[in-house]
Amino acid sequence: MSTRTIIAAMSGGVDSSVAAGLLVEAGHRVIGATLSMKPCAEEGEYSWCCGKMAETAAAQVACRLGIAHYVLDVAEDFETHVLRHCWDEYAAGRTPSPCLVCNQRIKLGRLLALADDLGADAVATGHYARLAPPDERGPVLRRGVDLPKDQSYFLSQVRRHQLERAAFPLGELTKPQVRDLARRMGFHNAERKESQDACFSHEQGFAEGLRRRFAAEVSQGEIRTADGRVVGTHQGLHRYTVGQRKGLGIALGERAYVVRLDTASNAVVLSDRIEDLETPGLEASDLNWIVPTPEVFHAQVQIRYRSKPVEAEVHRLPDKGARVVFETPQKAVTKGQALAVYEGDRVIGGGWIDKA
Amino acid sequence: MSIYLDHNATTPVDPSVTAAMARASTEVFGNPSSLHSLGQKARLALHEARSQVARILKAEPEDILFTASGSEADNLAISGVLGRSDKPFSRVVTTGLEHPAVLLTCDAWSERGFEIIRVMPRACGVVAPEDFEKALAGQPALVSVMLASNETGAIQKVADIAAISHAHGCIVHCDAVQAVGKIDVDVQALGVDLLAVSAHKLYGPKGIGALYVRPGTRLSPILYGGGQERALRPGTEAVPLAVGFGLACELSQTRLQEDAARISELRAHLETRALAELPEVRINAGEAPRLPGTSSLALRGALGDSLMMALDLRGIAVSTGSACHAARGEAPSALEAMGVPPEWSRGTVRISLGRTTSREDIDRALEALLEARKRLRTGGRT
Repeated sequence: MSTRTIIAAMSGGVDSSVAAGLLVEAGHRVIGATLSMKPCAEEGEYSWCCGKMAETAAAQVACRLGIAHYVLDVAEDFETHVLRHCWDEYAAGRTPSPCLVCNQRIKLGRLLALADDLGADAVATGHYARLAPPDERGPVLRRGVDLPKDQSYFLSQVRRHQLERAAFPLGELTKPQVRDLARRMGFHNAERKESQDACFSHEQGFAEGLRRRFAAEVSQGEIRTADGRVVGTHQGLHRYTVGQRKGLGIALGERAYVVRLDTASNAVVLSDRIEDLETPGLEASDLNWIVPTPEVFHAQVQIRYRSKPVEAEVHRLPDKGARVVFETPQKAVTKGQALAVYEGDRVIGGGWIDKA
Repeated sequence: MSIYLDHNATTPVDPSVTAAMARASTEVFGNPSSLHSLGQKARLALHEARSQVARILKAEPEDILFTASGSEADNLAISGVLGRSDKPFSRVVTTGLEHPAVLLTCDAWSERGFEIIRVMPRACGVVAPEDFEKALAGQPALVSVMLASNETGAIQKVADIAAISHAHGCIVHCDAVQAVGKIDVDVQALGVDLLAVSAHKLYGPKGIGALYVRPGTRLSPILYGGGQERALRPGTEAVPLAVGFGLACELSQTRLQEDAARISELRAHLETRALAELPEVRINAGEAPRLPGTSSLALRGALGDSLMMALDLRGIAVSTGSACHAARGEAPSALEAMGVPPEWSRGTVRISLGRTTSREDIDRALEALLEARKRLRTGGRT
């Protein structure tokens, strides 16, 4: 591989540190960049992933690797495109997927713009996904070899032109291998614990944290059963998601699930029948096709991060839409979540679930 | 070879200052409060340092309180007046240009019910004394005005504002951290009651600053302890740092005219070339009287962060103009306060020259800027 100038996103964690280290070892000219997403005044309220300690951790690793390292302030974009967007989604009775938006707009979006400014060729992150040189159809984005750690779902919104300038050096590795590499590279953070979803943690929960942040009023409403019986009061639809069983504060037989968030009547709809949770398909919008696809095709689709891919038929609709028909009905298909479309382990595209 | 063009952030310690501090650390290690001869020696060294700091401000040694930083001096000035038991003022009139040390101290008092009025600068980067007078509205207040903007170098009309303010019964504090050592600062001519200074901006050490307190200006302490610095800033005095600070002041004072002339000429060279060779460039506060070495260059549509990094990768240290505070719910930056549009303020780099800057440094920085500018905005920002 020829020597390239690559901007490595460095969060201060083990994964992105090793990703940067591997690029340095491969002989590339690497520039480390840590994204600062948090307005300082909120210290203590939120614990975003990219606080000062994380910046320092990344700087220590960069120093060890002998590469330049900068902190890029993206707080404004993060506020608008991730936090504000997520609150709008919750307010509309949907359950947003912040990481996908952040990866596409902030991590790759901002860092590729920086790459342009600095004359760099590519941007690398520590995601567990494989990106092979493009074939005749386009970028070859596949699941990471370490399937339990695979993050390709979170990359399904990344645009084709962005993938053409991306690198995911950890795709062929397992987490234990990455830790071994971190130890061999002498990183101080080699033994650090996982910090998944730390970006969006808040003591009151992400959604409630956002409500307070944007000073939205609590919109109380009914909790009712699928057959119309009112069984309680909720403190805002944003606190619920389809399929949720815990924390309902309602005794309804042995098992009750949220089956729907009805925005028209501002109601949380429960059922104790698992069939009420199942749907034969979904409709999605804003499809990001990484490679060209036919109008109708068979694929494996994934409807949330930790769910198994399921066999389905995908029908493309006008205006970047798609209808998906599952081979067998699926539970808890949730509006606002991302749909990722796979062909085996290759990511074909993705969109946003609008209708279950 | 790296080129340092960020002297407004901090300056390299003058080698003779380093040597003096090293000597003081070993030879004058006594506690200035001790009564024995080692203590006396330390006390004398401290007094000499205090005299040197006083001289650069045209003040008397007894008017100078050492603090741990310029920020602490600002804090002591503002909270020291507002916190007095006789509650002299219930409001503060300040400017939209102030350093966070002033800005956030005022915010803290605002939360305690004090009224804080910020007078915005005119588009030239300077606060008009008549705007300030309007804001005072004939009422007494604590006044806090910076002498020179750290971002643009624009020199404020402190003497005029102090005269107007005193006519209304105000106490006037001046944050002169960025100005002392670069231009003549005379507390008598300025007519201020309090004035903050920092050592590391004038080739002295970090960790020490000073507050000038006009005789008769009463302050309450913000720290409590063993009675040092007239019980207004307790804690065993940092004698070696004070010695370094004092010497740095003396050196700055001696060479001030010569430095200012040479640095002004270099800046003129920088700005002439920048205006001639860079597309869509302008100089923030370029029309205002400015500190000799500060140049705030706005490159329309560029991103200051990217410019800073591009220059750093070529071994040239500059700073970004701090933009986009307002978008985050923070107080506006100096550039925003002046009404610099976002497409210019975002693309601002602050280049600040110093004693060791050469014409060749300026030319190399400019080449790097030209090269970086060529690349900018080739890709879309998503």
